[in-house]
Order: sequence, then structure tokens, then C-alpha cells
Amino acid sequence: MTLIFVLIVWAAGWGLNVMIARSKGANTAAARFAVPVIFGVTVLAIWEILVRGYDISAVILPAPSAIWTTLTSTTDVLWGDFVQTFLKGALSGYIIGCASAVIMAVIVDRYDFLRRGLLPVGNFVAALPIVGTAPILVMWFGFDWHSKAAVVVVMVFFPMLVNTVAGLRDTSVMQRDLMRTYGASYMQTLFKLRLPAALPFMFNGLKIATTLALIGAIVAEFFGSPVRGMGFRISTSVGQLALDMVWAEIVVAAIAGSLFYGLIATVEKGLTFWHPSQRK
Amino acid sequence: MKQRIVPILTVVCAIFAFWYVACIPMNVQETLTAAERAGAVVTPDNARDRAEVGRFALMVQNLDTLGGSWSVDRARLPAPHQVAVELWDSTWNEEVHGRRGIVKSGSLSNRSLIYHGGVTLGATVVGFLIGSGLGVLLAIGIVHSRTMDMSVMPWAIVSQTIPIVALAPMIIVVLYSIGVQGLIPKAVISAYLSFFPVVVGMVKGLRSPDAMQTDLLRTYNASKSDAFWKLRLPSSVPYLFTSLKVGIAASLVGAIVGELPVQRGGLGARMLGGSYYGQTDQIWAALFFAAALAAILVAIIGWIEARTLKRMGVQQ
Repeated sequence: MTLIFVLIVWAAGWGLNVMIARSKGANTAAARFAVPVIFGVTVLAIWEILVRGYDISAVILPAPSAIWTTLTSTTDVLWGDFVQTFLKGALSGYIIGCASAVIMAVIVDRYDFLRRGLLPVGNFVAALPIVGTAPILVMWFGFDWHSKAAVVVVMVFFPMLVNTVAGLRDTSVMQRDLMRTYGASYMQTLFKLRLPAALPFMFNGLKIATTLALIGAIVAEFFGSPVRGMGFRISTSVGQLALDMVWAEIVVAAIAGSLFYGLIATVEKGLTFWHPSQRK
Repeated sequence: MKQRIVPILTVVCAIFAFWYVACIPMNVQETLTAAERAGAVVTPDNARDRAEVGRFALMVQNLDTLGGSWSVDRARLPAPHQVAVELWDSTWNEEVHGRRGIVKSGSLSNRSLIYHGGVTLGATVVGFLIGSGLGVLLAIGIVHSRTMDMSVMPWAIVSQTIPIVALAPMIIVVLYSIGVQGLIPKAVISAYLSFFPVVVGMVKGLRSPDAMQTDLLRTYNASKSDAFWKLRLPSSVPYLFTSLKVGIAASLVGAIVGELPVQRGGLGARMLGGSYYGQTDQIWAALFFAAALAAILVAIIGWIEARTLKRMGVQQ
């Protein structure tokens, strides 16, 4: 019975999407928005039906409605965790890490020897499982948000460095020669030509770093934290089999991550409107 | 060649030099305590007073005893050679000379990094194969079905901005409670982490042939499957390998994080164990072992990539 119901819902949702995708209006903004939303709602509905129909225990998979109830009834706890992990840990680490990476990149770019030496090392480090430094940094900086910020700094530094250095080299000889004929100093060339030209690359790094920052802050809390924070709540709620709370935290993390990414992407659109990738 | 090696070596040497220097202020408390126990004169003369004094003040007051900074047990920052010794002890020495090592007992010692690395590697590789396989399949579906493209692709992109690792403890515990344990739960996390990068990269790759090329195939009256096997798939290979490299690094992170909640071996368990008992050189050794593992895995994919592209005649 449940299975038939699931099939009906799936067929309805998917059929609707097929209809929209094949219709004439498939390229409009409304269709582009509606289709993924319908898909998401269908998946949620099937999830709910399956959990209810087969009477799946809440310690294995809570229903979306149960997660929503937890989400709305424990907003103060969730907000406290959000402040601890995101605003204090991830955001401060993100700002410190990205800012120092940009400064380092300008220095690296100034000296060719450093660039040839540091860039391969940076590329190498960017591919390593840096989350592994979390236990060490928690030991050094204590359980509070400072250690989480430190993990985030280490995680975002190298991707940001590599991208910024690549961006600073993205000016043509013509452009640099023009600056020289104007008699521009190094600083003027840097601020008026090369940093603006590097912006698309820098934003690429900044966008990669948003996800890394959240991952770093949450995983670092698995290694020790005060009694609040998203990572702490997830690991303790898993221990208490309060999976609805875990899902609620994951929803908060997902929303925070997407909004953070969206914010950076919006700033990018405003600042690099001249770049071909932003043209409509 | 020489132009590349010299700067890299200089930077690496500078990092090590900085590390050795950093050991002095980081370990000053432990160094002085050890020196005091050995009978040296230390100012201030007990640990409680020293806790009140800043690191640099302590260093200036006790210049003679600082030589011990690089040989402290359970140092806050173990010196590089201490980490190297720990790495050697927990790999070669443990297996060859240890009572539980492979030479004397016939099976890998559960105290050696080779054993723990093997546990992590198994989960990483299984997860990576599942994740990238499913990713490629989904990408093929997305490219060929407009409905799938419109409904799934936005979610695949959004999911990259979500800290998926947060799901790891829950996946482990839930799978454990329905009777699945061992390698599979970690492989599921690894698969999940490598899945989305591969989907996004592969879709980009399968769409990379330009209009001229697809038009040419249309003038040949090529079927959809011909277009796929002869044009889309070959031109997606460089994109595929780029995302496979990202994917395998993510898989390793997933396997390590997946080992945190259940302490049944693996590099993640080794790191958490080290942090519980203050065995810093154990954490550092596990970290370097994981780094080497990541580097080797990425290098293997890079090697396959170079071979494949060479045989396909692509200029790199």
C-alpha cells in the first residue's frame, strides 16, 4: 500500500517536471526555479510516506515533519550553536585566513623565487587532509572557538593563496606595459590593475573557502568543545539517538552554508561585473 | 628542472627551520619541568610559578636549559625528528621487530600505522569507487535528460556548499544500529563526499564539445550513442580526472572523519586516541601518514591521467 502511494507521488512529481521541462517555457526563470523545488518536495514527501508507512523508528530515520518540529521548537539552542560555530569559529577564521592568504600572495608574487618555491608546496598542501590538524590545534588553543578559528585558518589559507597568486599573474604584457608608460609605481599597478584583475580568481578561492570553513569548524568540535556548537550538538545527539536534533543541525548548517556562499557570489557579481563569466 | 627544485627545497627547508625554532617557545613549560626533574636550576623554581610567567620571559631567564626543547616527551609541538622517529617506530620497527608485528605474529600489528593506514585506505578506495561510479552515471543521465538536468543539477551544486561531513557521525551510528559495521559505513561517507565533485566535473566535461563538433556529428547522421562514445566521453576525460583528484582527496577526509565516532582502527581513530592521551607525536605521525597517503592516491590518479591522455593523443 505504502509502495503504491510512493510510486504515485513519484510519478506525479516527476511527470510534472517532465511536462515543465518539455514545455515552451522551460528556459524561463520561473521554470528553472520551480523544477528543482518540485523535485525536492517530491523527495521529502516520499521520505515522509516511507517513514510513516513502514513505521521506521525515529532512531534510524526521523520523518521530515518531526525534524521540522524540532527545528522550530528548539530555535534558541540552535541559535546558540550557530553563534558559537559559525559566527565565532568559522567566520573569524575565514576572515583571518583569507586576509593573510591575500597578503602572503602579494608578497609571494613580488618575489619570483618565492612563487616558484611556495606555489608547488601550497598546491600540495591544499590536497592534504588538513582536518587532521584539528586535534593538535584544539590542544594548543583550548576547547573554545579560538581553536576552531585556527583550524579554519589553516584550511582556507592554501586554496586562497594558490588562487590569488594565479589571479595576480592574470594580466597581459600589454596591460602592464601601458601602466609603465603611465609611469605607475608598483603600488599603483598593484591596486589599479593587478588586484582588480585578480578578483575573479580571488572570488573562486573565497567560494571554495566558505565550504571549507564550515567543515573545519564543525569537525574541529568533534575533537573537543564547550557544551554548545553545531559539531558538539551533532556528536552528543547522535550518542543520545536524538536524530531529529542532528537533522535539525544539518538543516541549519546547510542553510548557513548556502547563504554564506550566496553572499560571496552576490558580492562577486557586484565587483567583477566586467568579467566575461558575469555577462548575460 | 634545477630552476624548480632549488626554490621548492628552500621553502621546505625554511618551513622546517621555522618548525624547529617554534618548538622552543611552544615547549618551554615542559622543557623546564623536565630539566627541573633532572636536577638543573630553573627560575622560577616550581611549575606553578612558571605557569604565571610568559613564554618568552621564561626563555630569557633559562637560556641554558632550552637545549631540551627538541627532546621533550609529550611535547606541545614535537620536533620534526621526533615525528620522524615516531613514524619509523610505528611502521618499520613495529612490524619488523615488534612482538605483534607481521614478522613475528604473521599479521599486521594493531599498533602500527601500516595497519591503521590500511583500514583507512580500504574504506577510502571502496567509497571512492562507489561514489565516482555513481557520479559518472548520474552525470550521463543529467546530460541526456533535460528533466533530470533541471531537477537534480541545482541540488548537486547547492550540496557542494553544505558541510556534508557533519553527517558522518550519524551515518555511522544509524548503519551500526541496523547491523552494518566495519568498512561499509566509512565507505558510504567517502562515497558521499566524492560523489558531488565528480557529478559536477563530469557534467561540465560531457558538455564541453562545442557546437561545431556536435553539428559535425549531426551532419554525419550519428546516433545519440555514437555521439556519446565518440565525442562526449573522450572530450570529458580531462575534466573527469580533475574531479577524480578532488574526489579521492575528499574520500580520504571522509574516511578519516568517519573513524572518529567508532574507535575501531584507522588513522582517524589514531588521531583521536593521540589527542585523548596527549600523545602528540602519535597525532603528528598519523597526520603525516595521512598526508603521504593522500599524496600517493592523487599521484596515482595523476599517473593514470597522464597515461590515458597520452594514449588518446591529447597534448598536455
